[in-house]
Amino acid sequence: MSIKKDTIRYVADLARIGLSEQEEELFAEQLNHILAYVDQLNKLDTKGIEPMSHAVSMSNVLRDDILKDGLSNSDALNNAPEKEDGSFKVPKIIE
Amino acid sequence: MEEFTKYTASELKKKIAQDSLTASDIASSVVTRYDKVEEKVKGFAHFDKLSLLERAKELDKEPCTGDLSKVPVVLKDNICVKDELTTCSSNILAGFKPPYDATVVTKLKESGALLLGKSNMDEFAFGSSCETSCYYPTNNPYDIERVPGGSSGGSAALVAADETVLALGSDTGGSIRQPASLCGVVGMKPTYGRVSRYGLIAFGSSLDQIGPITKNVSDCAGLLNVISGHDPMDSTSADIPVPDYMGSLVGNVKGLRIGIPKEYDTESLFLDKVVPVNETGVKIKEAIKLLKDLGAEVVDISLPHTKYAVSVYYIVGCSEASSNLARFDGVEYGHRAKHQDALIDMYKKTREEAFGSEAKRRIILGTYTLSSGYYDAYYLKAQKVRNLIKQDFDDAFSRCDIILTPTSPETAWLKGLKIKDPLLMYLSDIFTIPANLAGIPAVSLPCGYDSKGLPIGLQFMAKHFDEEVLLRAAYTYEQNATWQRKKPEL
Amino acid sequence: MSHYLTTIGLEIHLQFSTKTKAFCGCKNSFGGKPNTFVCPVCLGFPGSLPVLNSQYLRYAIKVALALSSNISDRMKFDRKNYFYPDLPKNYQISQYDMPLSLGGCVDIVCNDNLKRIGITRVHMEEDAGKLIHSKSRPSSYVDFNRTGTPLLEIVSEPDISSPEEAYQYLTVIKSILKYLDVSDCNMEEGSLRCDANISIRPKGQKELGTKVELKNMNSFKGVRDALIYEEKRQARALLAGESIIQQTRLWNEQKQASESMRTKEQAHDYRYFPDPDLLLFTIDTALVDEIRLTLPEMPKKKKERFIKDCGLSEYDASILVSDRSMSNFFESCMELYSEPKVIVNWLTGDIQKHLNADNLEFCDAKITPQHLAEMLKLIDNNTISGKIAKEVLSDMIRTGNSADDIIKEKGLIQISDEGAICELANQVVNENPKVADDYLSGKTNALGFLVGQLMKKSKGKANPQLANFAIKKRLEQKRV
Repeated sequence: MSIKKDTIRYVADLARIGLSEQEEELFAEQLNHILAYVDQLNKLDTKGIEPMSHAVSMSNVLRDDILKDGLSNSDALNNAPEKEDGSFKVPKIIE
Repeated sequence: MEEFTKYTASELKKKIAQDSLTASDIASSVVTRYDKVEEKVKGFAHFDKLSLLERAKELDKEPCTGDLSKVPVVLKDNICVKDELTTCSSNILAGFKPPYDATVVTKLKESGALLLGKSNMDEFAFGSSCETSCYYPTNNPYDIERVPGGSSGGSAALVAADETVLALGSDTGGSIRQPASLCGVVGMKPTYGRVSRYGLIAFGSSLDQIGPITKNVSDCAGLLNVISGHDPMDSTSADIPVPDYMGSLVGNVKGLRIGIPKEYDTESLFLDKVVPVNETGVKIKEAIKLLKDLGAEVVDISLPHTKYAVSVYYIVGCSEASSNLARFDGVEYGHRAKHQDALIDMYKKTREEAFGSEAKRRIILGTYTLSSGYYDAYYLKAQKVRNLIKQDFDDAFSRCDIILTPTSPETAWLKGLKIKDPLLMYLSDIFTIPANLAGIPAVSLPCGYDSKGLPIGLQFMAKHFDEEVLLRAAYTYEQNATWQRKKPEL
Repeated sequence: MSHYLTTIGLEIHLQFSTKTKAFCGCKNSFGGKPNTFVCPVCLGFPGSLPVLNSQYLRYAIKVALALSSNISDRMKFDRKNYFYPDLPKNYQISQYDMPLSLGGCVDIVCNDNLKRIGITRVHMEEDAGKLIHSKSRPSSYVDFNRTGTPLLEIVSEPDISSPEEAYQYLTVIKSILKYLDVSDCNMEEGSLRCDANISIRPKGQKELGTKVELKNMNSFKGVRDALIYEEKRQARALLAGESIIQQTRLWNEQKQASESMRTKEQAHDYRYFPDPDLLLFTIDTALVDEIRLTLPEMPKKKKERFIKDCGLSEYDASILVSDRSMSNFFESCMELYSEPKVIVNWLTGDIQKHLNADNLEFCDAKITPQHLAEMLKLIDNNTISGKIAKEVLSDMIRTGNSADDIIKEKGLIQISDEGAICELANQVVNENPKVADDYLSGKTNALGFLVGQLMKKSKGKANPQLANFAIKKRLEQKRV
């Protein structure tokens, strides 16, 4: 499976990362190299094997419906690049 | 002034009691050491002398009787400390000060530890050499032209250079053990779920664990005692009691069955990227002999799916990372690109400007492997193979108590050597990755030096929640090894 | 429209009224100053982790049971990845291929026909925050109070065949949810949201037409109106030979029309994968059985019981069960007064009218079932007339006082004294000779006027039947 530049462009768009043309080319090359290596997985027969998403078998972790102290408005916004009247401010979304 | 940071934690605690040392005394000595060697090591990402001295003064006001009272600890820059810079060595978190402490930090503060500052790392833990940090690469104290390993390179280097007594790192594919090996110190990745991940900035959520980096096995056990335990804020945290790990420090391996995996040998793992393991292999064999002489039983085992580990790791790790790093978008914290009119533009520019190249590469790889049409072939497939790798370990542990391997295929390499070839860099983690995939605990400890005087590390792995046998084996080896420890010349 | 068959599917998002959010201990509340019910978890700060609220799980199971949906033995959470400022992690914790429950159904009545609407699935997911767009500046403002609110998504099968059926489906779902007491179910406040999918196809064609998604309806009526509009729009297009474009359209309440969304947010690749921060959940039968025991009697069963045991009509029973607090009121009243039809008339008539005017529910009303029963008995024993009772009722609702107190205070006791009424009848006939003559010359409806005058003189307190009798008698005397 060979990735072309426009696939990189599409994926970068999904990931909301701007890339220059050189980066698109470089990543296409590097990703192809890596994917060629990981392709070895497809030689393995995994019929009947369950996918593993957790290293240890725990389940049903829950918490009680009890109020906990949260953050004050100023703590919540302390790191905000832009804020106004207690809200996070962002550029408008063009509909 | 005496450099108190040259001691181990147990030694320092004795000295504190004997000489009634204050936190301010210790902090001053830290600053002295920092001034002497940090320019060569560059292990810190954030270090503020005045705040440190202030913190020490505050610590002295309290009557602290905690386990780690006044003992210097350094934290990797991906562990949240309230109101302190926590940036994962990335520009995208420039200026970020979390409004809360990670659970391990709360525990350290409760134990009275003197927190020194944040150690340098590969950006977002993506790397094995500490070269992708947005600040500067950290240098290996044994040879400052060489890498300290990564991603917890800063923590390992600072312990090796005696700029701190203890350190915490994080390990997703070997990021504690590999730098510990390259810097000649002890580093442990606990069982997944042993230590809370709350407050650890996530890379691969099903793989990450915080763990100790220390000068010896005893300090490792002590620090593990403090940071372990169930955390209701972390759904993946195990609700299993914490034994007193100091109790494992018993120098006895009689009858201990040590499994040596036949696949962890040499060339077969590396295809054409072979780096001869001669010197490492020699030291590992010596270690095996020593343990055998002490009464351990050596068993041949097989971990047949080892060769797929790196592939599984990069697919699973990058997929999870691509999702975990989506939140870095300039809205609530960190860097935001200037002068953007529209939102999508702001997202793209922010992330383009502030993520380093390796971060972008992994995010794009992870986004690709999760995307429609490719999910089954990559992510799902990798998770299935992961199960096979775990089964390998389950089978192996029915025949042995611990597994012994080298930690790293090679000793510290020259800076700049591997950074241009991502795949080459990824293969450095071949021995450490499987433990993260299976969730089992593993520890790296020094077992000698190569002909250039560079440290070599050996790795023990054990089954889930059996840190005790790891510590016992490691302690026994450490107490009986005859080669001379050499501190780096800085 | 008669050329075409309509197919509708509805997706309902329900906000639970747990004390805290889905994955953190922040307050789960409507309103509040922006960014004041927040914490590192629901703000998506780096290093934060989710932990599931047990009450959320219980409420979700409760709803699934009430919808006859099959609870899964094992469920997990998945990440739905997309970028938007109201989504702090740029992924939403949701459920993809192992949801809470699958299948289910509700029965609706539409145009006197009983119909079963299937449910495809019910799943849990967290809510996003609120985005407020500035009108004057090129900025938007994000408030994360709502982020992490526990939601339930109920997806219907495309079994709904008309906008009216859709309306009935929503009404039934709401009444079930109100019975369970797990949500405020208020579309205007956003605790109940509904998106619709609609397609039409020519009669006789088996294959479904292209479906269009409708969003932004703020009331059940809005959903119905939007669907009616869309049906017509699609029919017009097909008749004109055009094809329907698959798209998302937003309902504009002011314009009473739907508009195409121009963003490219049409086809998303959400890259679902299991959330590694949350583990598998096994839902054992013991828990499900325990929760099943806490279910109140569901509307359907209650309705059947009202028809069978109380002899109510299908219509009356339906109205009663559509409002749980009304049916509770009814049942309490029935313990004290044994005429169900009379009670129902007052509940669904005058009392409902008063409550609507003040925007109150039965459970908030100051009038109690005891008070109503008392009042009905006072009518029965002629202490007050039915007409006076309406006035008394109004006061009862407003003040919460008993009928007895109000009657005494206002002196509304019905005049049933024959002598007094005859005296009044005398006066009325004497004062209105012309009208009296009209009656005597055959204009029988003149009687009404005269009786009215007597009622007026008595300030409404005269017993109407006696008043009628007295006037007639006096008029006959005049004839003689």
